[in-house]
Amino acid sequence: MKQLQVDPIECDGHGLCAELFPEWIELDDWGYPIINTLPIPTSLEGHARRAIKECPKLALRLTSLRRPA
Amino acid sequence: MSAAEQRSAAEAPVGVARLLAGVRADGRPVSAHEHLRLYGLLQPPGPELISQLQSSGLRGRGGGAFPAGDKLAAVAAQHRRPVIVVNATEGEPASSKDRALLRLVPHLVLDGAAAVASALGARKVIVAVAEGRAAGERSVLTAALKERRERLDWQIASITDGFVAGEETALINTLNGKAGKPSVKPPYPFERGVGGAPTLVQNAETLAHVALIARFGSRWFRSLGTEAEPGTALVTVSGVVARPGVYEIELGMRVSELLLQAGGATEPLSASLVGGYFGGWTRDPNHRLTAAAGLGAGVVVAFPANACGVRESARVTRFLADESAGQCGPCVHGLAALASGLEQVAHAQGRDQRDRLERWASQVTARGACRHPDGVSRFVLSTLEAFEDEFTLHLRKGRCSGRDRIVLPTGRAGR
Ligand SMILES: Cc1cc2nc3c(=O)[nH]c(=O)nc-3n(C[C@H](O)[C@H](O)[C@H](O)COP(=O)(O)O)c2cc1C
Ligand code: SF4
Ligand code: SF4
Repeated sequence: MKQLQVDPIECDGHGLCAELFPEWIELDDWGYPIINTLPIPTSLEGHARRAIKECPKLALRLTSLRRPA
Repeated sequence: MSAAEQRSAAEAPVGVARLLAGVRADGRPVSAHEHLRLYGLLQPPGPELISQLQSSGLRGRGGGAFPAGDKLAAVAAQHRRPVIVVNATEGEPASSKDRALLRLVPHLVLDGAAAVASALGARKVIVAVAEGRAAGERSVLTAALKERRERLDWQIASITDGFVAGEETALINTLNGKAGKPSVKPPYPFERGVGGAPTLVQNAETLAHVALIARFGSRWFRSLGTEAEPGTALVTVSGVVARPGVYEIELGMRVSELLLQAGGATEPLSASLVGGYFGGWTRDPNHRLTAAAGLGAGVVVAFPANACGVRESARVTRFLADESAGQCGPCVHGLAALASGLEQVAHAQGRDQRDRLERWASQVTARGACRHPDGVSRFVLSTLEAFEDEFTLHLRKGRCSGRDRIVLPTGRAGR
């Protein structure tokens, strides 16, 4: 299962991703993306990949769910 | 001292004073000799220390309360020679327990660091202290290191003072010669830290407990505290109490009991701040001091009834917003918005901001590279709850019954 994550240091709040993948991304009051933390269903993985590709800061990525230490 | 003498003296502390059992009345540091006489010699442990810590239930005392044994296990699983970092930077302005440990019982912290180094096969141990605030501790540490016999590469690193500078990735970035700001995780320090090596970052107090668990065992450690949170913890008590200072408590103790131990409140209280600026306010004297109940890095501030909790919280929130490392949008904008919102209520400008404050507090949570915004969010939400009546008065009359009085330290000029 994959999760979509944003690198908050890289992201500069263009908000493009929320337009490309509104099912999963909304914007906060300052225009930065709030991303659904649930695993992305396979049917939506295409949308996720498009948002990743179009992000001008390359701040998005898909990660396998993992446990922090 | 003969070996027999050392053994016979090596009895586990029986009371609540474990870390502070040997503290000298004159405030001078306990020497290596005095330290050995009290606790006995610690044989360098092997990897079995990891499971011993796991069964002890020891949790990190730097604020995150992560199980110490599990963190060691994660470092060991990397199968590369790790680096040990003792986090004694103590950026929380209302806390002084880590500096107290270094100043009073330096060998306890160094023993713990040497023990984890031995268990994990590390050679390099870096003790990180805050440049300005810990200038005195640095010289005690230098003297104590001269008394050590382990063949370890001990280093002392001075870190820029700052609230976020002690966050583990910020700390590692400083040690790697980069700006002292947090990084996005993964990679976690246990995967890639100082010089790219797996790195164990552990709070100074956590390591002091390790020094005693390695000697006296996990059952002894568990004989105090609660089932979920065994052992003792250091708490810095300040505000309006007769004897502010650092106290060692049994985890699970009530706030009221701790305040009594600190000589009692010197005037009527409206609330206590538990857990410092990542923690929260409580009005319940029976509130139990545990990490699960927000003890954080061990701070309790007794807050007087005639001070204004709204104004003070607004001032601290502004401080925390200014301390943001300035890297992540939600942290930069969100914390500034939270501070402005609270200031507007405190100075009676405009309308009821509570809904917006709650929305912003929830929006910044888990949105930064580090947990700074999460802590600030918790503090603001708890302010809204604990000082609800004062908020109403501020909104209706432009002020409450509290005086403009500074209680909470920020380490800035004028406190
Ligand atoms: C903003 C921020 C500031 C922190 N400051 C400190 C600090 O001053 N001292 C400390 O020991 N841990 C601090 N931490 C926690 C560290 O990142 C880390 O979790 C800790 O040093 C690990 O040690 P422990 O598991 O023994 O508690 C901070 C965390 C955050 C998010
Ligand atoms: S498109 Fe990229 S930079 Fe823009 S808001 Fe989304 S993640 Fe951030
Ligand atoms: S969340 Fe805030 S303090 Fe943490 S790295 Fe981002 S900007 Fe810095």
